[in-house]
Amino acid sequence: MMAGRGKWISLAVLALLIGLLPLVFPSGYYFRVGALIFVNALSVIGLVILIGYAGQISLGHAGFAGIGAYACALAPEHLGLHPLLSLVLGAGISAAMAALIGKPILRLKGYYLAVATLGFGILVSMILTNERALTGGPDGMNVADPGLRSLLRDMGWRLSGGEFWYGISGLVLLVGAWLALNLFDSPSGRAMRALHGSEVAAATVGVDVARQKLRAFVISAVYASVAGSLLALQNGYITPDVAGFLHSVEMVTMAVLGGVGSVLGATLGAAILTLLPQVLTVFAEYEQLVLGLVMVLVMIFLPQGLLPSIARRLKGRDA
Amino acid sequence: MDALLQFLFSGLTVGAVYALVALGFTIIYNASDVVNFAQGEFVMLGGMITVFAFDAGVPLPLAAVVAILVTAAIGVALNKLAIEPARGAPVVSLIIITIGASILIRGATQLVFDKQLHRFPAFSGDDPIRVLGATILPQSLWVIGGALAVFVGLWVFFTRTLTGKAVLATANNRIAAQLVGINTGWIMTLSFGLSAAIGAFAGVLVTPITLVSYDVGVALALKGFAAAMLGGMGNPKGALVGGLLLGCLEAMTAGYVSSQYKEAVAFIVILAVLFVMPRGLFGAKTTERV
Repeated sequence: MMAGRGKWISLAVLALLIGLLPLVFPSGYYFRVGALIFVNALSVIGLVILIGYAGQISLGHAGFAGIGAYACALAPEHLGLHPLLSLVLGAGISAAMAALIGKPILRLKGYYLAVATLGFGILVSMILTNERALTGGPDGMNVADPGLRSLLRDMGWRLSGGEFWYGISGLVLLVGAWLALNLFDSPSGRAMRALHGSEVAAATVGVDVARQKLRAFVISAVYASVAGSLLALQNGYITPDVAGFLHSVEMVTMAVLGGVGSVLGATLGAAILTLLPQVLTVFAEYEQLVLGLVMVLVMIFLPQGLLPSIARRLKGRDA
Repeated sequence: MDALLQFLFSGLTVGAVYALVALGFTIIYNASDVVNFAQGEFVMLGGMITVFAFDAGVPLPLAAVVAILVTAAIGVALNKLAIEPARGAPVVSLIIITIGASILIRGATQLVFDKQLHRFPAFSGDDPIRVLGATILPQSLWVIGGALAVFVGLWVFFTRTLTGKAVLATANNRIAAQLVGINTGWIMTLSFGLSAAIGAFAGVLVTPITLVSYDVGVALALKGFAAAMLGGMGNPKGALVGGLLLGCLEAMTAGYVSSQYKEAVAFIVILAVLFVMPRGLFGAKTTERV
């Protein structure tokens, strides 16, 4: 249903949005919010692969974001690694962890898988919170600047911090989206979507179910980890909240809100849930109330998520 | 040895609360296949409403009854407004709906009441009772006794009354239950009300020991969920054993290893159990139908 053309349309829409939005930004603050949306969208695309393609659940993906974030905070200081290499290191650790725990965990289904992944996420956030000597505990720690911006400045390209990270996160998001869309039509992606429909049926046509589930889990963990690293680098500061249960829930909600099968939907979901608290700061007291209400209402009235529901309505009108 | 007994007492107290929350999960899961992540908020509501009713001059027993009834009504409303309209939605959507509902309830509680920690006096005073060299609070006895009473009550309800059997029938096979004339919609309403009431009851019992504020529900929901999973989702006996086991594990870890990592050990044990027994300690064996 989603041929090669759809892929390029999705990517073009995304690239245009990223490229053109700054033209209408009234202030530098919007670059910061934009960068945050892109980072969130990146981790949500990982969940699109896990939940949307392969049909597995995770309530612990913030754990991988935490690993990525703290890799960028700790490795430059203790191992003398460049922050960008630390990002790669974090992604590597996340992938290894995902492969290690994914093997036994992914045999579980539905709610049982949910509690197992949730347990993993909580363990990570607990370690980050409790190992004060290393991580600074609940207060968090500073993250070294990767020095790329000053490099650009030396080359005569002056960018504010917001603009710089807007560009970087936007680029990474595009690459992430491109890879996810490629995966969708690849043999692996087809196998994942087949086992989503029915594991037994997929197995009978020769899909290695366990292997494909694990692959989706590892890939999504790397997405979350890279997103966590980018978040740490652009904020210059990180707290264990990044690995917390609520962040995991937020990520899943973003994925499902936009439409869990689609990369563009994931970006839309990330944008809405990132913007919501920014808009609601005026009514800080009502923030939780509204957030909860939005989650419940969208799931009841648009169970497929925003984008697919809208698309279906448009198609219905055409027919 | 005294220390062991002391840890056991505190573990059983906390475990009894987990067991009640896990039981709430179980009842709703059986009736509707939904895992209700707002279950912890019912405990919070039970404590908070009792506190504010009591502070307003209502006698404690009456305040507790009011809290339980109001929470039960909120549980029924949750079912009518959020769960029933989403009937047949995928697991992920249902998880988000109930987590959304829990955030909503928390936000509303914080607006209606406040963000402070509260307590009301223990039912039988705060003088610890000495048992074999360890001490136990009278309120702990209330918690453990209350949990046991609820379990006995539910056992009688499910095995000796027609309505209870109708609930079991619905849990077993919804369509077959409808065919023999059971109003399964009403059973769902009943289950949500009952489950909320049990949660609120747990909140009333434990607030004098652990205090209550608008945000205590998340942790309780996670522990209760984990306890229910440990025991095997959908099995009341599993909920009881899972809850008590989890409480004792936490208490022992806090006592002998590190209080910071008490929750970690709980989750590690749960992971280990799920690896060996993917459906929990008392979970039914099932095969996937194609």
